[in-house]
Amino acid sequence: MPRREGTYGLLAEFNTPGELVHATEEARAAGYRRMECYTPYPVEEAAEALHFHKNRVPLVCLLGGLMGVTTAFLMETWIAVWAYPLNIAGRPLFSWPAFIIPAYEWTILFAGLSAGFGMIALNGLPQLYHPLFNAPNFRNGATTDKFFLCLEAADPKFSHHETRAFLERFHAVSVVEVDH
Amino acid sequence: MATKQPINDPMIDPRTGEYAVIAPGHNFKSVTQKIAGVVLTSNTPLGWFFGLMVAGGVATLVVIAVTWLFLKGVGIWGVTMPGAWGFAIINFVWWIGIGHAGTLISAILLLFKQTWRNSINRFAEAMTIFAVVCAGMFPLIHVGRPWLGYWLFPYPNTMNVWPQFRSPLAWDVFAVSTYATISVVFWYIGMIPDFGTLRDRAQLPLAKYFYGMLSLGWRGSTRHWIRYETASLLLAGLSTPLVLSVHTVISFDFAVAALAGWHTTIFPPYFVAGAVYSGFAMVLTLAIPIRKWYHMEDLVTLRHLDNMAKVMLATGSIVGYGYGMEVFMSWYSASHWEFFMMWNRMFGPMGWAYWMLILTNLAIPLTTLWSRKLRVNVGFLFVLSFIVNIGMWFERFVIVVTSLYRDYLPSSWGTYVATKWDYMLFIGTWGLFTVLFLMFARFLPMIPMSEIRMMLPQTKITRHGPDAETVIEETT
Repeated sequence: MPRREGTYGLLAEFNTPGELVHATEEARAAGYRRMECYTPYPVEEAAEALHFHKNRVPLVCLLGGLMGVTTAFLMETWIAVWAYPLNIAGRPLFSWPAFIIPAYEWTILFAGLSAGFGMIALNGLPQLYHPLFNAPNFRNGATTDKFFLCLEAADPKFSHHETRAFLERFHAVSVVEVDH
Repeated sequence: MATKQPINDPMIDPRTGEYAVIAPGHNFKSVTQKIAGVVLTSNTPLGWFFGLMVAGGVATLVVIAVTWLFLKGVGIWGVTMPGAWGFAIINFVWWIGIGHAGTLISAILLLFKQTWRNSINRFAEAMTIFAVVCAGMFPLIHVGRPWLGYWLFPYPNTMNVWPQFRSPLAWDVFAVSTYATISVVFWYIGMIPDFGTLRDRAQLPLAKYFYGMLSLGWRGSTRHWIRYETASLLLAGLSTPLVLSVHTVISFDFAVAALAGWHTTIFPPYFVAGAVYSGFAMVLTLAIPIRKWYHMEDLVTLRHLDNMAKVMLATGSIVGYGYGMEVFMSWYSASHWEFFMMWNRMFGPMGWAYWMLILTNLAIPLTTLWSRKLRVNVGFLFVLSFIVNIGMWFERFVIVVTSLYRDYLPSSWGTYVATKWDYMLFIGTWGLFTVLFLMFARFLPMIPMSEIRMMLPQTKITRHGPDAETVIEETT
């Protein structure tokens, strides 16, 4: 459980994605690990600079899809063969080709819901409060046209003066301290 | 073609001769201001209120028609033997077909990396959802006892009865409910970052609260973005087979029945193509006035209209092939019933509907859309989009009615006459659709801001640090 009082981190603001990626690569090279970029649209280069390559959304989606196909097919089989057997024009009770269609739909339903809600859950959302919203310039820019790098205080290498000096090397528009 | 255009037209890319997807001169801030401004403005255009008033008035027809239906039963409609399916099923298939273009634009074009779609995908998705709302109503009120509509779903009950999974009508329940759910989820997830933008730009406390809750606390973190992009791609990958399967299953409602005119294997592909055809027509119907009223001509450009018209040309040709093949098979099958059905469809008492369909769905669009001049003629496209949707409605009318009203036994032949309640309900759904769309245009970001930002030239990573000596070599 990280500390919930004091400084959350130092937030540097940049005007272009190029400057942000450069600063992030340098911070990573300098040994910072607890850091995050905030951008108004997905910047893949920033994720590379953070060495964030893998995410578990595809796995969650796959598991959801497998759950959907299994649930639907077993349910249909159980209903049609055991729970409520009906003779429809002499067709076999276990008419599996017909069962494929609802099973197919539920594969997509479960996989899609897992991908969507799995993404939200893995992102830790909904999280209506976040320390960064306290920064005076964050909400003006992070969802519009500015690019932010936050070096977090939880990083062992973090120190108020050295980290600030480090960030100021990149000619950021501003470097502000963010409190919890 | 490019040489025929004036050279200094800023909307034409000099390298390709194509219309630009976004007008030059935009930056992150200007697109955000433009799109968010529609939602966050305190000056709602008077036309919006006027439109809402008219559409709301039309939508009350739904309320009246459905109330009377619930009091009296489906006998107030024109459905009777042998034409047991009438306007309700025609409208259901028509509306859900319209919805399909939204999913196609948001999913299939995303997978194919057609970034031009970014400007139009949000309102195309909204169109999908509102069309599904209109469509979904019809089978529910058509079941006769709509208060028992939940019997369609498999759930444990004291009667110990369960759905019959060998019936296409049961498949339909799964297909349409899945389609509605996934469309809503895809649409909402697409809007989360934009809700974050609106939350941060809103001035009114109520708007801040409303968009803040909807944004789930989105803050644009890179790790979030990567998961978000993965989820979007997965949802697109899932929606693509879904959208193809939904209209396929709907066509099974017809094709599985042993009725001349319905019992054909060409129905699934031809229904899907027809759905996309009518859906793109509806996107044009909506996009053309919206880009004009909200001055979005630089975000929804002639390139979009041109591309949509091309998709309509392609899908319209597939539909035309479908019609041709139906006629051919009715002769080639050497089946007396098939042959009579087609003769009756073309030259019987309702032959006018068939020729209306050929005129509006094939003759007018498939001769004119080849011309680039007409494809970028906004007024022409607007009129054409109505013509195609009228044609697609007649297609469903022809399929449902002219296959049913003269069946195998001449003594049971009848006709189909829609009643005023049928018309009221159908016209009312236009009002309902328009009301929902106007609300969407006013309160939700109708163009995805984050995706438009990705298309701007400023997104290019230059890799040049502010210090001259920290230039990093481009590796890719």
